[in-house]
Amino acid sequence: MSKADVKAKLGHDAIKVDSVKHIKVKQEVCARCKERYCIYVCPAGVYKLNKEGQIELDLDGCLECGTCRIACVKEAIDWTYPRGGFGVQFKFG
Amino acid sequence: MAGLSAAYALAKDGVEVLVIERGDYSGAKNVTGGRLYMNPVRKLLPDLWAEAPLERFVAQETISVMSETSSVSIGLSSEKLRQEPYHSYTILRGKFDRWFADKAAEAGAMLVTKQKVDDLLRENGKIAGIVSGEDQIQANVVVAADGIMSQIAERAGLKERHKPKEFAVGIKEVVELPSQSIEDRFNLTNGEGAARMYMGSLTKGMFGGGFLYTNKDSVSLGIVVSIADMMARNQPIESPDLFEEFKSRPEIAALIRGGETVEYSAHVIGEGGYGAIPQLYGDGIVVAGDAAGLNLNTGLTVRGMEFAIASGVMAARAIKRAKDGNDFSKASLANYQSLMQESFVLKDMYTFRNAPGFLDNPRLFNLYPQVVCETLEKMMFIGEEPKKKLSSTALAEIRHKLGFSWVKEARGVFKL
Repeated sequence: MSKADVKAKLGHDAIKVDSVKHIKVKQEVCARCKERYCIYVCPAGVYKLNKEGQIELDLDGCLECGTCRIACVKEAIDWTYPRGGFGVQFKFG
Repeated sequence: MAGLSAAYALAKDGVEVLVIERGDYSGAKNVTGGRLYMNPVRKLLPDLWAEAPLERFVAQETISVMSETSSVSIGLSSEKLRQEPYHSYTILRGKFDRWFADKAAEAGAMLVTKQKVDDLLRENGKIAGIVSGEDQIQANVVVAADGIMSQIAERAGLKERHKPKEFAVGIKEVVELPSQSIEDRFNLTNGEGAARMYMGSLTKGMFGGGFLYTNKDSVSLGIVVSIADMMARNQPIESPDLFEEFKSRPEIAALIRGGETVEYSAHVIGEGGYGAIPQLYGDGIVVAGDAAGLNLNTGLTVRGMEFAIASGVMAARAIKRAKDGNDFSKASLANYQSLMQESFVLKDMYTFRNAPGFLDNPRLFNLYPQVVCETLEKMMFIGEEPKKKLSSTALAEIRHKLGFSWVKEARGVFKL
């Protein structure tokens, strides 16, 4: 499934995007990381590799599950939730 | 669930309580598979259940093992599951938690939404409240019920950083279907629900499985997979793909045909069991629910919400006692640990302490389901050639594919 298909699924969710980024990565650690677990463990396709070979984040679709933080054993992910009143608002959950 | 349970119980006991919710409403950030087992919690919050917005009571339990091209199911349909008060209900947290929050407010709890707790207030080495943005709020006790990723428990020094081995990720879609279609497709009468669990090739040898729960007019369909096992794969697979492959299997596709996906969600699930429970209390703080790692997967049942509710109620009782003695120290709040040990929460977690070790076996998720499916397939299939005896077909399959390694492994079952 492509990232675009995941994006379409995320279209079903009510997400209030926070202008303050709630997840940041330490690019210098990511540059040396071979595994890049974040890219495929994330259910929302937040992480991808850009043309320059850097990890790029698309936080608009973040489901706030925390999988990336757990999988990033190199501790390159500075992770928290979006500010109060922002982020995904599950209707069904 | 743990936070609202604690707030509801405390408010009923006349204790001043403030619930801080980071979503737009209670439930906005919460995801369940979803099913709540009622018997353990019914008496803990006796006034709550009569009008609770639960979905369907589960009247049918099905477990399926899957190979790539076939599956074998075993089902339980029982009068016991159809008797009131019902054994378990499917549930949607968006609906339930909003209602529960109103109940807590009616009981006297104060609720603020759209507010995230960023840090803890400390005084003389004790937790003395919380910090949220510019605001500082003093409290005698903080109940850390901030979910499986609990950064509050981490900041309080009660919990270590998460280990991939102890966690799985659940991915779920809520698919809307008319209630009549649900009842027809699952052989249910009005109000009855079905719960289905799947294990086998759908997780490609990784720890995990699939689930399907029928709600009133939707089904919750999902997959759970170990984070460490995803990381250990030689050929990486993207987690949304695993879900999609499961969803498009003929066994599943037929059940949700024509349905419309209305929500896509994900949630981390604790799989470490008893051994992964953090320190539950400190000076001025207790940890409850998912934040305390209170999830239990025995292979046949997956539980969490009853533990969350019970831990919230136990926390409330310990806090009430601490308040009566005006002592909110660690020594006083240790009462929470004792109450939990006396309750089903830590008793069940302890009884099934070997489950994570038993389930940490790739053969359970690839070889065994495959052998079950293929053996039955060979026994049922009629080809052009004269058929061999059923017993020799089965024995040949088992001998050929399993050898005798399973005999040793079968002993592990007795540890469960």
